[in-house]
Amino acid sequence: MGITMAEFLQFFFSGLTVGAIYALVAIGFTLIYNASDVINFAQGEFVMLGGMITVFLGYAGLPLPLAAVIAVPVTAAVGFALYRFAIAAAREATAVTLIIITIGASIFIRGAAEIAFDKRFHSLPPLFGSNPIRVGGATILPQSLVVLGGALIILVLLWVFIDRTLFGKAVIAISANRTAARLVGIDTRMIVGVCFALAAGIGAVAGILVTPITLTSYNVGTLLALKGFAAAMLGGIGSATGAVVGGVLLGLFEALAAGYISASYKDAVAFLVIVAVLFAMPQGLLGTAKIERV
Amino acid sequence: MVKEKRMIGRLPIAALGLGLAAALVAAPAWAQVKIGAVLSASGPASFLGDPEKKTLEIYVADINAKGGINGQKLQLVVYDDGGDANAARTFATRLVEEDKVVAMVGGTTTGTTMAMIPVFEDAQIPFISLAGAIEIIQPVRKWVFKTPHTDRMACEKIFADLKRRNLTTVALISGTDAFGHSMRDQCIAVAPQAGIKIATVENYGPGDSDMTPQLTKIKATAGVQAVINTGFGQGPAIVTRNYRQLDIAYPFYQSHGVASKQFVDLAGAAANGVRLPAAALLVADKLPDSDAQKSVVIAYKKAYEAAAKQAVSTFGGHAYDGLMILTQAAQRAGSFDKARVRDEIERTTGYVGTGGKVNMSPADHLGLDLSAFRMLEIKNGDWTLVSDSGS
Repeated sequence: MGITMAEFLQFFFSGLTVGAIYALVAIGFTLIYNASDVINFAQGEFVMLGGMITVFLGYAGLPLPLAAVIAVPVTAAVGFALYRFAIAAAREATAVTLIIITIGASIFIRGAAEIAFDKRFHSLPPLFGSNPIRVGGATILPQSLVVLGGALIILVLLWVFIDRTLFGKAVIAISANRTAARLVGIDTRMIVGVCFALAAGIGAVAGILVTPITLTSYNVGTLLALKGFAAAMLGGIGSATGAVVGGVLLGLFEALAAGYISASYKDAVAFLVIVAVLFAMPQGLLGTAKIERV
Repeated sequence: MVKEKRMIGRLPIAALGLGLAAALVAAPAWAQVKIGAVLSASGPASFLGDPEKKTLEIYVADINAKGGINGQKLQLVVYDDGGDANAARTFATRLVEEDKVVAMVGGTTTGTTMAMIPVFEDAQIPFISLAGAIEIIQPVRKWVFKTPHTDRMACEKIFADLKRRNLTTVALISGTDAFGHSMRDQCIAVAPQAGIKIATVENYGPGDSDMTPQLTKIKATAGVQAVINTGFGQGPAIVTRNYRQLDIAYPFYQSHGVASKQFVDLAGAAANGVRLPAAALLVADKLPDSDAQKSVVIAYKKAYEAAAKQAVSTFGGHAYDGLMILTQAAQRAGSFDKARVRDEIERTTGYVGTGGKVNMSPADHLGLDLSAFRMLEIKNGDWTLVSDSGS
């Protein structure tokens, strides 16, 4: 088996494609974790909702750009509702309880989607056509570059938002010390709610960009959430840059494992990553170690 | 307080009495014959199970409107297993124990069918499966039949087409679902007699969204002249898209697991040029008038497309054949006695359905031969018949 450069390049592009998808999901995890210490396993469902709502509005007759523009705020509203009615309502529950609540919410959203939409697979047309771009003997779809570009743009916009706006400063304050933030007059509930809405909106954008490649259906959220979580852990759960790095790395590991070892174990890679990170390096690649003073 | 209690105590008894009386009066109306169907209307096999469900509903209603079978109306009990074999088995047990069905037409996928077979064999209820693998009817099981062509037949048909085109070395890429896996094994088993050499085998999970690594390895394997993809659901659609993305020039074959317009829609322009063995139903309008199946497939196509507002797929056709074989057997038996219906199903001869001409026997619980399969090619998003001379 001659391992040629062209083959390696193809595996690399394949890894970049799925990695960009995981990166977008991981950014959503990071945002909510930073704002509220909650690991939101319903993040995958937001990605599903973005794609499915756009597809079905398209079937209903709306032009697809308009459908996409409507799908994002609708999903953001679902994110806000998740916070308002499930997380905030649980008040001072422990972190584990809140995580289980998000798992329950993801099951609920998936069930609602199954009834509201249908159980089949759907696609969206790619933004820049489907003629592959040839580089060095390998090919990459234009849509993969769109997803990668989208992840980078969202990362930059998020950074600007968190670092340069008053709202963003409030988010940083809340993540540093929630009680102190409340004491200085920050409305933590509203801000965290908006963060949930923002993460849901980012998930929706991810879903719209990714559907032309991976297709969408009411149950794609589950596996995406798990892989996005693995990516976020790998990159460092508190860091948005880490989320992108973790996502791309996870995608590359998967593609290389599929190419050089065996495709049957591809899904195992994400779970092995979670286990390895939690054992050896819980703060991930770019996160800061949490030091608790006893 | 005590007085009120006594008054209230009499009401439920009166209500119960009325209810029982009503039930007794209405009893004859409830004596419907129940036919069970455990289908995968959701999940990865949804584009197989959903047309099957719609077909059964349309035709049971149609049969009832024409007076039923043996003077009795049919009641269809449908459960959706979502493609999960465990769920299917649970629903099968429910059909047998709670709904007390007389027969079952269902089992969308090989995985769900194999899980349900023991339930129906133990209960001695005829089970007509709608799944593809040959292991469903080989070895022959007394109570189990099936209507779709087997995966072995698909391999034989594809190999015959390859030989005609002078192609002898192929690569296989298979889904790890039961059907994809089974057809892969059948192709490997049948290849030597057909004079075909299998150069390499790759696989993918049915929920995977990117198969370019596997296709890259196939592209890099020397001597490959054609590629066969065995599987169903959205996996083959993604494999097909990836195939064109990677610019792989060899002829590409799919299995009859993708014989639905949904595959063509999902794969898009990438589907053009793909060949697959499938039932004549897909090319109903293009069949020559002399073809024995033409009238049956056109009638089914019209009825299905009008009622379901969707293009026909062979999967719905298999459900139609299953229901027709069952009800015709029941008519010949003159009753819904399970053992007699089973015997009549086994005696089905000369039934022309959407899948082909069926001639069952105690040794053959499928009844189709290779001529029932047609080789199709997808051109401009539509099915076309490949003539026997191979073009």
